[in-house]
Order: sequence, then structure tokens, then C-alpha cells
Amino acid sequence: MLKDITLGQFFPGDSPVHKLDPRIKLVLTVEFIVMLFAAKSMWGIGVGALFCLISFAMSKVPATLMVKSLKPIIPLILITSVLNLFFIKTGDTLWKWKILRITTEGRDTALFMVARIILLIIGSSLLTYTTSPIDLTDAIEHLLSPLKKIKVPVHELAMMMTIALRFIPTLIEETDKIMNAQKARGSELDTGSFKDKVRGMIPIFIPLFVSSFRRAEELATAMECRCYHGGEGRTRMKQLHTSYLDVIAMIYTTIFFAAIITLNIVIK
Amino acid sequence: MEFFLDAENVRFSYVNEAEEPPVRTEVLKDVTLRVKKGEFTAVLGHNGSGKSTLAKCFNAINLPDSGTVTVAGLRTDDENNLLPIRKSAGMVFQNPDNQIVATIVEEDVAFALENLGVEPSEIRRRVDEALKTVGMYKYRMHAPHKLSGGQKQRVAIAGILAMNPDCILLDEPTAMLDPRGRKEVMDTIKRLNREQGVTIVLITHYMEEAAQADRIVVIDGGELLLDGTPRKIFSQVETMKNLGLDVPQVTELAWRLRKAGYDIPEDIITEEECAEAIAALLKKGG
Repeated sequence: MLKDITLGQFFPGDSPVHKLDPRIKLVLTVEFIVMLFAAKSMWGIGVGALFCLISFAMSKVPATLMVKSLKPIIPLILITSVLNLFFIKTGDTLWKWKILRITTEGRDTALFMVARIILLIIGSSLLTYTTSPIDLTDAIEHLLSPLKKIKVPVHELAMMMTIALRFIPTLIEETDKIMNAQKARGSELDTGSFKDKVRGMIPIFIPLFVSSFRRAEELATAMECRCYHGGEGRTRMKQLHTSYLDVIAMIYTTIFFAAIITLNIVIK
Repeated sequence: MEFFLDAENVRFSYVNEAEEPPVRTEVLKDVTLRVKKGEFTAVLGHNGSGKSTLAKCFNAINLPDSGTVTVAGLRTDDENNLLPIRKSAGMVFQNPDNQIVATIVEEDVAFALENLGVEPSEIRRRVDEALKTVGMYKYRMHAPHKLSGGQKQRVAIAGILAMNPDCILLDEPTAMLDPRGRKEVMDTIKRLNREQGVTIVLITHYMEEAAQADRIVVIDGGELLLDGTPRKIFSQVETMKNLGLDVPQVTELAWRLRKAGYDIPEDIITEEECAEAIAALLKKGG
């Protein structure tokens, strides 16, 4: 069962959103985030929501996934709304009980902040749903490559990410094996107090660490055997290409950005 | 330049710096081994006999303490020769999981070519070709961890093959595989040797695999003890047993029959030969 985990949350597909150049997609996602922070009114957020919905619909990623991506941030949403609701004291009073007081402005700000957070998460998870981790790594390597001039090891970082992704399933499988081996020797991993459970993890992690180091050494030798000598003079089989789709996506995003700026100016 | 791989009087020791004073373990003691182009050599010896160390000397992962190693006429101790040597003598290791770098089969096969700075279109062509040669083209878009051991090992071989090497060194490539995976890998190796003339150095523990080679070299305690055709090596059953090594089952059977007084040739290494010899024996007896 541990074997079947997916890497990241990539949802393979054939939609126009999937086909975008990952570099462009990454940049546009950043633009979308900036767009959300630029929006000063609920109308602006509405435009952002429209952008999000259209993009999601085009990606053909199931809506359930959109909802699923929000699950981990429910606590954050709750804290934000409670804080804004009760601690903003300006505006007309709507409701009062002892020292607690909710004002119109508190209510509006709370709604505004929550909407912004939700859109932020949905927008960025659209990127990870429609881009494979490898493409994402490639895009990051490309976009950060100017930093090589100031001696940032961009290629090495990207290589580390690729190898980490490659070894996640291998190490999970190994953990599974070690756990079974320890269970077979009578160690109780699932029972006992929290302290016992933590202590039970030690005989799993130590063999796992030892074997990871051995794997790393073997991998390094194997990479050397295949002429790896750093990023210098390296080519890539898969070249990233921008197409007319990317141009359309850029225009589409810019239109929405412009709409939000216009709304900011109009609604004062 | 007559020999493709040429190790002359090679000595090699590992140094354990962690101990105080550092402990030197001499692994290779004056080994001389020459391999001709296109030859299929099997290297036998038990764990710690120095056979893997020797293989690593042939692609400049290990540099000998004394003696010289040349690959295609290039000396391994010259740093400028490093990439050309590794390009022409590729190496496949025991554990396929620890030598696959990328998360997609074809990306992994492309890895060596990307390192060498080959043109993208040329990489594409050679990756497809290598994958077809090992029969893994169908799986080019798969994730390596979803493949079987034998398939993973064939991907690893394709990754080396994409460099168009003249020689492939294989360090117990079948040790972690099931019988079917072993057969897949052995068939691939033999085909490469026969059809493309790739020089093969195969380190193995399986005598049946060694019997398929042109030549067998036995290493023990860092020294080269026996060298000859499989027939010549395996007919020395007692010597092999004294070294703690086996011979193919059929050779052992023939040897026991001979010892029991039956008239049976001593150089049997395949099942067919054994069956024929026994049939002949039965006919004579009956």
C-alpha cells in the first residue's frame, strides 16, 4: 500500500493548462498571487475567483481535488477569521456579548482575508496538479539560472531535488520492509503510549539512515561512471518550448490583472 | 594497441582513515589482465577477492597504487582521459535501484548523454535506440520504481549503452534478480556481445552464467589464479572446489560419475553435452 503513493499531487492530463510551458505556468502563478495581494476590494477578489474558476475548469482537474487542497489549511482559515472578526473594533456594532464585539468592518475584513487565502491555495495547487514534479524542477532550474552568475549552485539544487523525488518511493518501500522485519522480531509499533511509539521508531530509522548513506555512495559512483561532472557543459534531452498557448495564457492573465488594478482605481 | 583493456601489475589497497593508525587492506596484489576487443570474459571469485575492485580500476573509479591500467590505449591515471575512458567502458552495478538517477525511464537513459553535452535531437535518437536494444522501449515513460528488478537492470544497461561504449563492465548484475530477471539480463548481455561486438566483462557468482562466456578468469585473495576457456576452467573441478567456488551442476555430475568409475568426458559444461554423454554411457552399458 505504501508503494502506491503518488509523487507530489500531479494529476496527469491533456488539457491546455497541462500543456503550458512549466516556466510560464510558474511565472503566471506568481503573477496570480501578486494579483490577489493587489486587489483592495471584494470586487477585486471576485475577479481573482473568476480567473481561478475558469483556469480550473480548463484544466479538467476534478473539483473534488480543489476542495481537497483546502483541507490542510482549514485551521488557518478559522484562526484568520476569528482574529479579524473579534479584534477589529472600528465600524458599526453588529453583535455584542460581554467584551466580545463584532463590527461591520470586522466582518468584511474577515470575509476578504478568508477569500484571499482560499484563492491563494486553489491557484497554487492548480500549478502542482497540472505540472509533473520533474517539469517543475526543470522550470525552477531554468528560472533561477541567472543566479549562477552570483555563484548560487542552481544546477546542483535541481539535481538534488530530482534525486530526492526519485528516491522517495524506494525509501518508502525500504521503510515498509524494515517495519515488517522489526514486527517479525516482536517489536510493537502500533501499541503503547506515545512515548513507546516514538521509541519504537528508533529501530526503524537507524537502519533506514544507514542504508540511505550506502545508497548515496553507490549512486555517486554510478553517476560518475556515467560521466557526471556537474552542470557545466550539460545538455538536456527534453527542451522546454513555449507555444501559442503560452502567449494566450499570458494575455489572459494580464487582462485579469488589469481588471483588478482598474477596479482598485474605480472603487475608492 | 592490441588489447582493449590492459591492466599491468596492478596493486590496489583500501585505506581506512577512521582507524588510528590508518589500516591498509591490500585488495589487489600484482594483477595482470588483458582483454581483447569483442571478448566476453567472466570473472569469478568470492566476496572480497578483489574482483569488483579490479572492475572499478578499468573505468578509472579506482586508480592503482602501482602498475598501469589502459583502456583503448588511454591511461587511467591521466585526468584528461577520464571522460573518454568512462564513455568507452561503461559500468553496471549490482543494485539497479542505486544507479537509476531520474524519475522516468527515458530521462535516466539520457542521463549520461546529457552529461556529455550531446545535442538534444541526437540524445533522443540514441535513447530510443538503446531502449529498443534492451527491449524496454515500451516502458520509456514509466517510473523506474514500478518496474521489476530485471527490467530496472535492463534500463541501467540501456543507460550505459546510450553512450555507445566499446566495453561494458558488469558487477554482479544478476545477483539481486529472480530467475526470469537473470535470464532477461543474460540474454541482453549475450546479444550485445554477439551482434554489436561489445566487449563484456561480467563479474558473477553464477557458474551457469560464467559458462556462457568466451573466457573465465578466477581471482582469489587479490591474485589472478586461473585464466582460460570455461571448458578448461571447469574441468579442474578439484581446484575450483578448493578455492571455495562451484562448477556448473552438470559439470559436477559428470565429475562425480567419473569418480565413481564411469567413463565420461571431463569437460562437460552444458546440459546437452551432459545428456548426450550419459545417453552414450547407457547405450554402452546396455
